[in-house]
Amino acid sequence: MSETNRSTGTQLVKRGLAEMLKGGVIMDVVDAGQARIAEDAGATAVMALERVPSDIRRDGGVARMSDPEMIEAIKETVTIPVMAKVRIGHFAEAQILESLGVDYVDESEVLTPADEAHHIDKWAFTVPFVCGATDLGEALRRISEGACLIRSKGEAGTGNIVEAVRHLRSILGDLRRITQADSAELFDWAKRLQAPLPLVQEIADTGRLPVPMFCAGGIATPADASLVMQLGAEAVFVGSGIFKSDDPAPRARAIVEATTNFADPTLLAKVSRGLGDAMPGLEIGTLETRLADRGW
Amino acid sequence: MKVGVLALQGAFASHVATLTDAGATPIEVRRPHDLAEVDALVVPGGESTTMSMLLDIAELRAPLADRLADGMPTFGTCAGMILLAVEVLDGRSDQRSLGAIDLDVRRNGYGRQVDSFETDLEVDGLDGTFHGVFIRAPVVERVGPDVEVLAEVDGRPVLCRQGNVLVSAFHPELAGDARIHRRFLEAAFASGTAAT
Repeated sequence: MSETNRSTGTQLVKRGLAEMLKGGVIMDVVDAGQARIAEDAGATAVMALERVPSDIRRDGGVARMSDPEMIEAIKETVTIPVMAKVRIGHFAEAQILESLGVDYVDESEVLTPADEAHHIDKWAFTVPFVCGATDLGEALRRISEGACLIRSKGEAGTGNIVEAVRHLRSILGDLRRITQADSAELFDWAKRLQAPLPLVQEIADTGRLPVPMFCAGGIATPADASLVMQLGAEAVFVGSGIFKSDDPAPRARAIVEATTNFADPTLLAKVSRGLGDAMPGLEIGTLETRLADRGW
Repeated sequence: MKVGVLALQGAFASHVATLTDAGATPIEVRRPHDLAEVDALVVPGGESTTMSMLLDIAELRAPLADRLADGMPTFGTCAGMILLAVEVLDGRSDQRSLGAIDLDVRRNGYGRQVDSFETDLEVDGLDGTFHGVFIRAPVVERVGPDVEVLAEVDGRPVLCRQGNVLVSAFHPELAGDARIHRRFLEAAFASGTAAT
C-alpha cells in the first residue's frame, strides 16, 4: 500500500500545536529534574534554557541556546512538548534545535540578540516558532516572518507583572480599535503599526490575531496568571516565577489550576494559600537592561 | 439536547465554534454541575497529562466515568481519544484513561511536532474527502472486536466508533469543516430520542 500523501510544517499544523496548548502553563526549566517537576505539576509544555531569566539578569554575559545534551535529556524525561530558545536572528541555533526534534522554537529577547536588524525567516523551517511582542505592530511583523504563536513579552526575570499587563493591553486594545476602523483607516493603521496591510485587514474582519496569543514575563503567582487570562491571554509562560520561588512544585501546580479556573475567585483563593514566598521581585525603574526592548 | 465541551485545557474554543457551525449551542464543562447539565460531551485535544490531572482536581473523573458507563454520547479528539481509550502506551506511568472505547493507543505515535501533518481522508459515510490535521497525534495499536473503524491512514485507524463513543486521532475542529461534528450531534440526538 502506498504511503498517504502527508504535508508537514504547514501553518495549520504549526498553529495547531499552539491551539493544543491553550488554557495551559508552559514552564521554563534548566534541567531534566525541573522538567519532571513541571510535568508532574500539569505543565502543557516545558521551555528548555540554560539559565532562567532572573539568573541571566543577575549574572550578565552573553546568553545563548542551551546545550543539546541538556535538551536531549529533557526530551527523554517528559512526554509533553519541549520548546527551546534561540537568540533573535540566530538561524543557525534554530537549525540545530530543529534537527534535535524540539517541538517549538522561541526566538527570544531573553537571550542576547545575534542580529540587530533581522529576525529569523521562520517560513524556512518545519518546526514552529513563538516570538515575543510588546505591541500589535511587533506581533504582526513576527507573524509576517512566519511566527505561529505570539507571547506578550512582559519583562522577564522580574517577578513583576506590570509590563506584561502593559503589553497585553496595548495589543488587545489595538485589536479592538481596528475592528472599529473603516476600510480607508486600515491603510493608516498598517502604516502606523509598520505591519503588512493584509494582516491588518484580516484583524478588521476577525477581531483577533491570526495566531494564538499567550502571555509571558513577570508571572509569579496564581493571581498573576488569572489577571492576564482575564485580560485576554490564551495561556501563560512562567519563567523564573516557579523555580526561583520557595517551593516550586506546589506553586507550579497552583499556577496550573489558576490558569484553568482563572475566572473563579473562590478557587483562586484556595490555590493561593500557603505557597511560601514568591520569587523576589524587581521594580522596573531600577533595571539596567530592559529585555523587552530587544526585537525590531 | 444540550452538548458540552470539556474546557479544562486545550482546543476547546475551536470545538465550541465548530459545534456552533453545526447548529448546536454548546456549553463549556469545567465542574461536575456543568457535566450534569449536558446530554453529550466533546473531549478536546490538548495535553492529556494536564487534562488528566485537571479532571481529578475538578472532581470530574468519577462523574464522567459514570456518565460514560450510562452511554452518554461522547466525542474525543487526539488527547480526548487518549483519555477515552483502554490503554495508553508511551504515556506517563501514572497516566489513567477512562476505558470508554476498546482501543490501545500510543502517545505521539507519529513522532514529534516536526512530523505533525495534514492529509485528505476517506471517511466512511461522508461524501468526498475530509481534511485530517494530525498534531503530535496518537497511533491506534489495538482495536477491540466491537469497535468500528471509520477512517484510516496507512492502514492505521484514525476515526473509530463503539456504541455512543466516537474518537479521532486528528483534529476535525481545526479543518473548517463541521461534517464530523454534525454527524456526532445527529447520532447523539438519535440515541437520546431512542432512550426516551
